[in-house]
Amino acid sequence: MRHIISVLLENESGALSRVAGLFSARGYNIESLTVAPTNDSTLSRMTIVTTGDDRKIDQIEKHLNKLVDVAALQDITAGSHLEREVVLAKLLANKEQKVELDSIVNAYNASLITVSDTQFIVEMSGSSEKVDELLKSLSGLTILELARSGVTGLSSDESALTADSTSA
Amino acid sequence: MQLTGADIVVKSLEEEGVEFVFGYPGGAALHIYDAFHRQNEVEHILVRHEQGATHAADGYARSTGKPGVVLVTSGPGITNAITGIATAYMDSIPMVVLSGQVMKPLIGYDAFQEIDAVGISRPCVKHNFLIQNVEEIAETIKKAFHIATTGRPGPVLVDIPKDITAHLTEFLYPKSVEMRSYPEAPKAQPSEIVTAVEAMLNAKRPVVYAGGGVVLAHAQEELRRFVKQLGFPCTNTLMGLGAYPHDDPLFIGMLGMHGTYEANMTMHDSDLIIALGARFDDRITGTLDGFAPNAKVIHVDIDPSVIDKNIKADIAIVADVKEVLNSFNSELSRRSDDINPSLIVDWWSIIQGWRGKDSYWYDESSDIIKPQFVVQKLHEVTGGEAYVTSDVGQHQMFAAQFYGFSDTHKWINSGGLGTMGFGLPAAMGVKIAHRDADVACITGEGSIQMCIQELATCQQYKLPVKVINLNNRYLGMVRQWQEFSYEKRYSNSYMDSLPDFVALAEAYGHVGMQIDKPSDVEGALKEAFAMKDRLVFMDFITDQQENVYPMIESGKGHHEMRLRPGK
Repeated sequence: MRHIISVLLENESGALSRVAGLFSARGYNIESLTVAPTNDSTLSRMTIVTTGDDRKIDQIEKHLNKLVDVAALQDITAGSHLEREVVLAKLLANKEQKVELDSIVNAYNASLITVSDTQFIVEMSGSSEKVDELLKSLSGLTILELARSGVTGLSSDESALTADSTSA
Repeated sequence: MQLTGADIVVKSLEEEGVEFVFGYPGGAALHIYDAFHRQNEVEHILVRHEQGATHAADGYARSTGKPGVVLVTSGPGITNAITGIATAYMDSIPMVVLSGQVMKPLIGYDAFQEIDAVGISRPCVKHNFLIQNVEEIAETIKKAFHIATTGRPGPVLVDIPKDITAHLTEFLYPKSVEMRSYPEAPKAQPSEIVTAVEAMLNAKRPVVYAGGGVVLAHAQEELRRFVKQLGFPCTNTLMGLGAYPHDDPLFIGMLGMHGTYEANMTMHDSDLIIALGARFDDRITGTLDGFAPNAKVIHVDIDPSVIDKNIKADIAIVADVKEVLNSFNSELSRRSDDINPSLIVDWWSIIQGWRGKDSYWYDESSDIIKPQFVVQKLHEVTGGEAYVTSDVGQHQMFAAQFYGFSDTHKWINSGGLGTMGFGLPAAMGVKIAHRDADVACITGEGSIQMCIQELATCQQYKLPVKVINLNNRYLGMVRQWQEFSYEKRYSNSYMDSLPDFVALAEAYGHVGMQIDKPSDVEGALKEAFAMKDRLVFMDFITDQQENVYPMIESGKGHHEMRLRPGK
């Protein structure tokens, strides 16, 4: 099962390597990992997408909680949540293909940045699933470069993860 | 008054009540060493290798319950210390390691003796810090001691760049530290206690399985009261030995790979396992598929991550095991009328049958010294009161099986990491803390050579430990596995070109003895322990073919023990 774990991390040097080291040392999967500052300058928010059965996810959460730099965490996939990933794809498209490209961009509510007459960058934000679908639709075109941000997300109920939250 | 960072380091240790620091100087730590020279409050013990420093601090910690403290320099200083830090980490031993680092402006430039100490230690510390400025030193050391000694204990490293140890600031040692991300110790819920006790009162085939957590929590008295109230059989792990007295009728011995037949069978056939400060590791459970198929599990541990890691708990209590045992005991006193000893009468008669197999068996000999015999005689000569450290291998298992411990903090061994070289420096740390006690290091000719340089430290600080070298000229445990699983292909397990240990001990200024006749064992031990102020290195020439029985071989279950050769 795929889980999205949101972690509030003390903004300390080495905190990221502690989390990454934990996952590699214990053989846990990381599908994606993003980290960036929050509105509280002492905390970063990390979003980890991982897979595993309930027992493995339970172990991942417990071991994350043991890290001294982890202030709080939440498996946001346990409840209603928002999941977003940004994708940028640089493509080759001739005039005919450009017509097809425009229709795909419209259908996905994506945007298009023109690099040159034949090169374009498609930009979209959405769930990983939606990003996968977009990329499938673009598979008839030549993708020169692809950058996905990895997933970030929030629970979409009225709760808020804070440093004081007691974690699972 | 303003102090240098180096003086602040030493003053902070003094504030923490540290008596001894085990260390080895080098460039990046020289300001700190200079600060040691200016004071008399904290004594520095100069070891001969940084691995020895960590094991000595570890032995000090295990035998006192106080954190062990280590000071090393950058680069090879800290890399040499890593094995000892990992040893402490695996057995949850409180330790604070201070390491010098190259000057802050040089970090990242491959400076002389530079290594990323925080990076290289990360997988084997509870937490670590790289000091960024002199103002951080006192608070960081306070945090290091707090983290090392609370919750599930463990080693904490503080890496200090050299230039910062020369900077000046006001010294103010914090009285307490606040770390929002480091949780307070969890407490048991009253309902959990009631549910667990209810399960105990209804059990027909119960077993108490107590591990190193009971030792770390100083909960032996509470454990004994608990077991006696219920009349349940009690087994200890390798790390928990001494938590329950070895000669009490309710004690069924150590469990696991080389545990007693009765302990392993009792676990396997039980209907209720009460796990206290133990973590169901692979040397305990054997193959997980066949583990205690009909048992309900009550699991008490302060570390939530050990719950459901290997074995699913039916009732999990995450809290200090001493507090939990106190709550169990009060609840059991309240419900004393509901304790029904007749419920477990049949269970005990089955256990007595298993006990009758006498699984800690060996063939006595009048020609050749059996290693088990030496350990038994050691128990007799020391009245079972000695602190016993060990290295890793067959001798470690013989010590665990045959010494017979009645108290905690006296059996000092590397159970988790299994570090050869641990025994002698650990014995130094024990002896420094317990000057008047008998301290024996049970070792083998393989292990002892891994940290033998510490014989010089023992001479410098007058640490008269007794080294019991069970010398079978083989890496015995390796040889045993090769006999059982590799058709006796003894690849690289024969110890050729051994030194003359008697001459070696004498070269370091100690007393050396070689004993090769069973009839001389007891007399030699008495003679050695009578020399209160001398380190005696006793080289016992033992049976080369002796194996550790019983044994659960790799991939087998608790009920598939090998009790005798060929069986």
